[in-house]
Amino acid sequence: MIHFRYEILRTLRNRVFYAITLALPLVLFYSVASGQRHATFDGTAFPLYFMTAMAVYGAMYAVVAPGARIARDRSRGWLRQLRITPLRARTDFAAKVAAAYLLALPTLALLYLAGASLGVRLSAAQWLELTGLLVAGLVPFVVMGFILGYLLPVDALAAGLGGVVVLFALLGGVFGFQLATSGPLFDVLKCLPSYWLVQAGKVTLGGGGWPAQAWIVIAVWTAALIPAAALAYRRAASRV
Amino acid sequence: MLSGLAKSYGPVRAVRCLDLVIAPGETVALLGPNGAGKTTTIDMMLGLTRPDDGTVSIFGAPPAAAVRDGWVGAMLQTGSPLDHLKVRELVRMMASYYPHPLAVEEVLRVSGASDFAERWTTKLSGGQAQRVRFAAALAGDPDLLLLDEPTAGIDVEGRRDFWQAMRAVTERGKTVVFATHYLEEADAYADRIVLIARGEIVADGPATEIKAQAGARSIRATLPGVDVEALSALPGVRSAQRHGDAVLLSCTDADAALVALLAAFPGTRDIEVTGGSLEEAFLELTAADADAGRQTTEAAVR
Repeated sequence: MIHFRYEILRTLRNRVFYAITLALPLVLFYSVASGQRHATFDGTAFPLYFMTAMAVYGAMYAVVAPGARIARDRSRGWLRQLRITPLRARTDFAAKVAAAYLLALPTLALLYLAGASLGVRLSAAQWLELTGLLVAGLVPFVVMGFILGYLLPVDALAAGLGGVVVLFALLGGVFGFQLATSGPLFDVLKCLPSYWLVQAGKVTLGGGGWPAQAWIVIAVWTAALIPAAALAYRRAASRV
Repeated sequence: MLSGLAKSYGPVRAVRCLDLVIAPGETVALLGPNGAGKTTTIDMMLGLTRPDDGTVSIFGAPPAAAVRDGWVGAMLQTGSPLDHLKVRELVRMMASYYPHPLAVEEVLRVSGASDFAERWTTKLSGGQAQRVRFAAALAGDPDLLLLDEPTAGIDVEGRRDFWQAMRAVTERGKTVVFATHYLEEADAYADRIVLIARGEIVADGPATEIKAQAGARSIRATLPGVDVEALSALPGVRSAQRHGDAVLLSCTDADAALVALLAAFPGTRDIEVTGGSLEEAFLELTAADADAGRQTTEAAVR
């Protein structure tokens, strides 16, 4: 479908943005993990942990990217223009979500290769399982991108999206340290989707996948965010 | 198509009780000063704004259904083309939303955008961007085109080219409704003019009829030191204005007025009788309203 194709094309043509979402996690991965190839962290090999973390980091940027495009289109009055075409809002959403994931996949692939180069070994089934968990865990971030895109003015958007990604990344343990490993703070951190995203590598290697809590956390965040996104869309669309 | 339409923004009554039936194939100008309610009316026709009262029906359907079925194309007042796309791609994208679009090349040709079809949408001049917005409105081959001040901010030449392209569209039997505050445009390109002021229809008819309705002619002359009141009281004069030594009489009967003028003021020089322009008709009609504000006149003069 042409709308979907142009969604992807328009993201790819935003070259600087796309290059950064690809390169930044890769550079961070090598600069931190290459010195700690044989270290153990959070009960698993550091390269596996940090590979997953950086894949999550890059993919988070990729899936909130539609938010940036939404805000720009909105500032150009395009939301109103689209509303007077037969294109349904949900078709537009679906295309944006699909484009977001499609653009997150190269980030994952790059980080997997980088991880493998530093000794991460998973079976084909495990790579697939890891990817599946990341795709599922990223859903709340896709929705967050939409919300910010419909709510924030375009000049506040980069800060808004970047802030959300960095905050969730930090709290989720993406940057190679965890703020808590026990106690009440840890209980709070375990309610964040980014925590479970980072854990995806470890649980894949250990087998058995995410515990039920992870799925509940992802589901609750998604269920809470979708109505907020619908509200944000309606607010933006009704504005003159 | 529109019946009893009303919309208020807080205390501002943008549109009050508008009734309008537009036949398929008509080209209708919504003419009025800024703030007259043209944009609000068009937004309600598109379903972008919900009326407080009254209904809009487009080919018998509510606006949302008409839009969904691709019957309507529009050029809104705000909005610039999407970025990271070339002109041709943008048109192709718009066309893909409609069930029976025109061929992309055809759209580019009719809208006059062929010459810059390979250019980035962000690298266009004002006139080119306007062509692209026109192309976007045409892409779905809609039966009804709504254009909200399509030539705002475009130079005279660009405007003429635009209306030439527009002609090609109306010749295909499409219904076109455009809002404008350029009187010449409404006069030259519409079959019918609907004059709107302060959210109400002040006049509705063919351009010639509108002129007749407002008094056909006016008299200009040089006449120093005369009382405007006295001029207004002359037979056949609707209203009088004085600018320094020059006077301008809007007449209901220019012949009677001229005779009376010369009889009363033999010193009158440089007499000029002109056929009423639409501009005068416009001022006349919009000012005829009891609470005609200065703002209206100023906007109309622009």
